[in-house]
Amino acid sequence: MVDYLQKHISKIVIAPSFVAILVFVYGFIGWTIYISFTKSKLLPKYDLVGTIQYEKLFTTPRWDVALNNLFIFTALFVVIAIVIGLLLAIMLDQKIRAEGVLRTVFLYPMAISFIVTGTAWKWILNPENGIEAVVRSWGFDSFRFDWLINSEMAIYTVVIAAVWQASGFVMALFLAGLRSVDQEIIKAAMVDGISTPRIYSGIIIPSLAPIFLSAVIVLAHLSIKAFDLVIALTGGGPGYSTDLPATYMYTMAFSRGNVGQAASSAVVMLTIVVAVIVPYLYSEMRARHD
Amino acid sequence: MTNLTMTNITVQYSGNKPKKLRFWHKAARYSLYILLILFALFYIMPLFVMVITSLKSLDEIHQGGLLNLPENITFEPWFVAWSSACAGVSCNGLKGFFFNSVLLVVPAVFIATLIGAINGYALMHWRFKGSEIIFALLLFGCFIPFQIVLLPMAILLGKMHLSGSITGLIMVHAIYGIPFTTMFFRNYYMTIPVELVKAAKIDGAGFFRIFFSIFLPLSPPIIVVTIIWEFTNIWNDFLFGISFSAAGTQPITVALNNIVNSTTGVKEYNVDMAAAIIAALPTLLVYIFAGKYFIRGLSAGSVKG
Repeated sequence: MVDYLQKHISKIVIAPSFVAILVFVYGFIGWTIYISFTKSKLLPKYDLVGTIQYEKLFTTPRWDVALNNLFIFTALFVVIAIVIGLLLAIMLDQKIRAEGVLRTVFLYPMAISFIVTGTAWKWILNPENGIEAVVRSWGFDSFRFDWLINSEMAIYTVVIAAVWQASGFVMALFLAGLRSVDQEIIKAAMVDGISTPRIYSGIIIPSLAPIFLSAVIVLAHLSIKAFDLVIALTGGGPGYSTDLPATYMYTMAFSRGNVGQAASSAVVMLTIVVAVIVPYLYSEMRARHD
Repeated sequence: MTNLTMTNITVQYSGNKPKKLRFWHKAARYSLYILLILFALFYIMPLFVMVITSLKSLDEIHQGGLLNLPENITFEPWFVAWSSACAGVSCNGLKGFFFNSVLLVVPAVFIATLIGAINGYALMHWRFKGSEIIFALLLFGCFIPFQIVLLPMAILLGKMHLSGSITGLIMVHAIYGIPFTTMFFRNYYMTIPVELVKAAKIDGAGFFRIFFSIFLPLSPPIIVVTIIWEFTNIWNDFLFGISFSAAGTQPITVALNNIVNSTTGVKEYNVDMAAAIIAALPTLLVYIFAGKYFIRGLSAGSVKG
């Protein structure tokens, strides 16, 4: 008996977590996928009816807006955060005084919840008392910065706040990468009289390729999950102009009582994540085995 | 006179570099610092605005001057935010919700970290047939958008009579924390040589003996990283909080959002800002005092599997 336990102890220890993951991750995913093919409304129903929920989802204007916003938001957020993050990392890598202080300043937003970030930026961006009022008080009477309440522009305020929150993190990733670049190669290049900008563009930045990939994955993943920031900053408004799939799903599940729509929108979100993450994980795992 | 000496020193120092090049070098250095300072101001600005707004009276706020320092500092908004601001129907401030969050975070972090340590150890050093697949299956749990589990979880919590309870929230956070904590510990234990474990096994030490006498003493750094990572995530969580809590059991992020969006009475921006700072303070302090571990967790938690 003791021998048996000793031999299988590892399996026994893992079993509870394994079962929990099977149920709470895979079982729940399966359940949600199943429900997305039923006619569930206020309560889940279990007879399959085909793709009605998806047909309905993709003819709903609000979902269209949410999906569109996701692509605008993700593209801008990822690109801007990477550009700023890389720029900050390169600047900090120039043997700067007070580097530690600056690093702390650039990175602290990452420790704060999106709800706090949203609350702060909502106050700063509101036209009545925020930046618009400040610039006007400087004498530029016709200055306008009303993105927060302008349904065409409100999604860009989400980008601003998200970039503020996450770009310092991208900086930290790149800085770690810059510090691990082989200094001998750089010295050799300098001895050969190659200029600093060309050393960066020709040698250092290309060697950071894996970090670019990680940063894109992390940021894209953050943006698909972005829910709190929109809720706190715009509440999805004006109207539903800043809805994202995550807020759409939540609204359907908990305020509209439409389980079928909630399930099908969640499945679309999962599909997008899987399409991004699985190839990445696969390549990571393969790289490690080689 | 001083100028002259300084120039002399520079000339000596930079040897035979042409004067023009030195000028450009200096100009580049100055612009670098100016740019860095501008960026720093951008990152500091929201926190600065929050702090000064929270110390102003409503009258002063209505006069405008978002960036002006308060003329008369008042701590009233902080007291209101802590003990009498209205979040939804209750007007008892944030304090109850702050303690809800503490009550929720402590056990959830403890459970997830403990299980993650044992799991990581077993999956790394006591491999069995299929253990790699189990790890891969677990890892996928780090990446799912939690929207996909909200509905069945809500139903299950209802069936277990845990709807709207802190116990239910602890369970949810602990479960979905396990993939991360397992990954953290597994990757960390990868650096401990297999030979060490083999030798201990030959000496007759068992699974738990090896864990407690070899692995645990080597683990403080990864324990700190994991605790900080889980603490920050759960403290800052909003999605699970708003989906699975009820009026009295809401975590602080949900309460903050309710205070800010409460439509009753005058909008008290100073109170909103004080409340936001209170909600942010615990994780900010952790970041300031344990920044090194915070960053390690960030890069471990997001980059690698």
